[in-house]
Amino acid sequence: MNVIVIGCGKIGTAIISNFVSEGHDVVAVDNNPEVISELTNTYDVMGACGNGADSEILEEANVRKAELVIAVTGSDELNMLSCFLARRMGAKHTIARMRNPEYNDRSRAFMRQQLDISMSLNPELSTAHEIFNILKFPSAAKVESFSGRNFEMIEIRLKNDSKLDGMRIADMRLKYNAKFLICAVQRDDAVYIPDGNFVLKSGDKIGITAAPAEISKFLKELGILQKRARSVMILGGGRIAYYLSKMLEAENVPVTVIERDRAVCDTLCELLPKAVIINGDGANRELLIEEGLRSVDAFVALTGMDEENILVTSYVQSQNVPKVIAKVNRTELIPLAEHWGLDCIVTPKKLVSDRVLKYARALENSADSSMETLYTLMDDKVEALEFKVKPDFPKLNIPFKELKTKPNVLIAGIMRDRSIIIPAGDDMLMSDDKVVILAANQRINTLSDILK
Amino acid sequence: MNRRIVFHMLGRIITLQAVLMLLPLICGLIYREKSVISFLITIAIALGSGLLLTYLNVPKNKSLFAREGFAIVALAWIFMSAIGALPFVISGEIPSYTDAFFETASGFSTTGASVVNNVEAMSHCILFWRSFTHWIGGMGVLVLVMAIVPTDTGGSMHIARAEMPGPIVGKLVPKIRTTSKILYLIYIGLTFAEMILLLCGGMPLFESIVHSFGTAGTGGFGVKADSIAGYSAYCQWVITAFMIIFGINFNLFYLMLMRKFRASLKSEELWLYFAIIFAAVAAITYNIYPIYHNLSDSIRNSAFQVAAIISTTGYATADFNLWPTLSKAILFLLMFTGACAGSTGGGLKISRIILVYKQIVANLKNMLHSRSVSSVRFEGKPVENATIVNTTTYFALYALCIVVGFLLISIADCFDLETNLSAVVSCFNNIGPGFSKVGPTSNYAAYSVFSKWVLSASMLMGRLEILPMILLFSPDSWLKKRRKKV
Repeated sequence: MNVIVIGCGKIGTAIISNFVSEGHDVVAVDNNPEVISELTNTYDVMGACGNGADSEILEEANVRKAELVIAVTGSDELNMLSCFLARRMGAKHTIARMRNPEYNDRSRAFMRQQLDISMSLNPELSTAHEIFNILKFPSAAKVESFSGRNFEMIEIRLKNDSKLDGMRIADMRLKYNAKFLICAVQRDDAVYIPDGNFVLKSGDKIGITAAPAEISKFLKELGILQKRARSVMILGGGRIAYYLSKMLEAENVPVTVIERDRAVCDTLCELLPKAVIINGDGANRELLIEEGLRSVDAFVALTGMDEENILVTSYVQSQNVPKVIAKVNRTELIPLAEHWGLDCIVTPKKLVSDRVLKYARALENSADSSMETLYTLMDDKVEALEFKVKPDFPKLNIPFKELKTKPNVLIAGIMRDRSIIIPAGDDMLMSDDKVVILAANQRINTLSDILK
Repeated sequence: MNRRIVFHMLGRIITLQAVLMLLPLICGLIYREKSVISFLITIAIALGSGLLLTYLNVPKNKSLFAREGFAIVALAWIFMSAIGALPFVISGEIPSYTDAFFETASGFSTTGASVVNNVEAMSHCILFWRSFTHWIGGMGVLVLVMAIVPTDTGGSMHIARAEMPGPIVGKLVPKIRTTSKILYLIYIGLTFAEMILLLCGGMPLFESIVHSFGTAGTGGFGVKADSIAGYSAYCQWVITAFMIIFGINFNLFYLMLMRKFRASLKSEELWLYFAIIFAAVAAITYNIYPIYHNLSDSIRNSAFQVAAIISTTGYATADFNLWPTLSKAILFLLMFTGACAGSTGGGLKISRIILVYKQIVANLKNMLHSRSVSSVRFEGKPVENATIVNTTTYFALYALCIVVGFLLISIADCFDLETNLSAVVSCFNNIGPGFSKVGPTSNYAAYSVFSKWVLSASMLMGRLEILPMILLFSPDSWLKKRRKKV
């Protein structure tokens, strides 16, 4: 697929890296020649230096043949203009980053439709959604739900005193009578798709798929179930904080926002009438404790400084705050932060590049299935994909024990008529099923890709 | 330095070379020549060592940075010349290994300087191999590797940049693999076109193949003692035209194939290239008219020689040693300019000359108006400062290398100044013939063993544009302590 990425900042680069590893033909457009030469040195892409809304530059990037144009510069207007122009010049699909809420009226999407933009990206809003989901289910480091929200996948890290330490997966199934599946395990740098003989160790990060009620049941038996957050403290008053507070306010969760800049505090105060806005330095321990740090259910660090977020959250964690979330933009810092015991980290650029990737994969759908959802987990080494099975799938109604699938591929769950099936050898795929597939270290485009 | 990936790639290249040697092998079988044995032995050696290197060095870490790129390219060219020289020695047609290495390095670097006294006595398969090295070396063997072997490493651009000539190396399409394929397809297409046109002119099949290889790679090995002089005027004009064509940036051919004629004709470099050719042909025609007393002969000979030198091919239809000093001076200067960037030709490259000229003008302006701000534009785009610095550095290095080479061979051989200087300049710019004792009718056989190695090195350095070779031998790139940051 021919892809043009306009604007090669953090998000643009993350998207380019994803697309190149998927084998697409990528043209990177940026007006900074140094950025372009760095990119063409690192990735197998072609660079074009200039303004993405310049028709000559788009021509140079061969926009006529482009299936997808993604504009992720810092300016919404430029993104929209580039996408509009690209669409007029023959690009098939366009994605624009539109952060300004005024442009991005979610109910009608009037602007998006008028400009013929296929999808709009709002990294801050996506991040706020992600954090909001985690706060609803704070036991896990990460929660992803598949279609209909009646099937979920969570990531948890086994603590040192975990009951699961040293347990074989087959034994675990007998002990805990819940319908769930351990679908992926990350230990050190390696990722495994475990079978029944796999033995869990403390320190492992495990992925579990099941219906939400089953997950709660299982976590309760493990003794690590936490109630949803009833009060939240947010550090940093940026856009993510605004969106998150808005969502929490709608659920009547009291929010405290700590922001250093007085002017930002004033604006937030107008926008968020119910929230408590504190003007002060969040790195100040006395201030945090005075504002009730020890009594909140969750603490979210969202300042623009990754290092500050990591440092403050690791302090807050030591104060026994039940749920601590840090925003970290530089992916290089994530392993370091995890080393300090922070397991719940959100990365806006990753969320956005996942969404773009999912969109691109969905463009390539084949006759036998259509992709509904795509998530990456375990440091991008595992992908969880949800497919809708179409009648043309060649292996319909064949029991799984007779189906030869590729190694490191797992059928994690089937949703059929609102019921969830955790597949065993006698189950089979039927038309109109929705199936969740986990794949480690490989790329699955269509359902047939899982077959040998 | 990630040594595993360097030797892994090297292994692949040597394996590929073994496969490429099947062509001269087939040629030898057709002509039922005894020299075929030498190719069999060489293929066995190359295949064995290539596969061994590839599989002993399966890289754990696939990261490939600039230093690995430079090292792969430099080592590849050295090893290819070393192995490519074996058939000459084994078959006994060039008994000394020094001579054989010189001949092969001259082939791969598309120089065309020879040490063979009697070309016509050589067997067909050896002649075929000699010219085939031009064809391989012209577009570059790593470009070929990238076109046919899937590489999943991100740093292949570093390899391409190290092998492709010119100050700015760009891509035609987003993927380097597709880019390499397109380049090779254009290359093969043009070679075939020339072959067919030569066949139409009555040149025998074997000779048209060999001469097309020589022209395509802008090399210059022929099969006749008098190079091209014995062929018809038609064949000479065909070769002239194709020498000029192969000196043009291949990106322009791609643009033409994409029907972007206007964009391709906007190239400053192309027009300057044509202008230089036209001016040189006009001047030399006027200058040599008294020798030939015939306008068509004078034009044909001057055009052929100008095209042969500027494209750095080095074929000859006339002994320009006997021409007046003005003509010789013009040809000598053309040796330096070389062809366009992104072509198969060597030399300084016209685009570099344009860049440096523009930088000089900008600098002079800056001296007069010290507050003036100026930027250099090339092909309608502003040029990055780093490119300018690289280009001027290249100029300095280039001059330095020629001076050192000239000094070294002057220590070993006491020929006259004209011979020694033109030999180094001609080898370094990958042309072939020089003046005086290394002129178009003579060869390099008279040089001492030491000088032949120096000249071989300068040919390879000239083809790879100096940097890979220098970086290969700098201890900094091999020391383990300083790892490059990811």
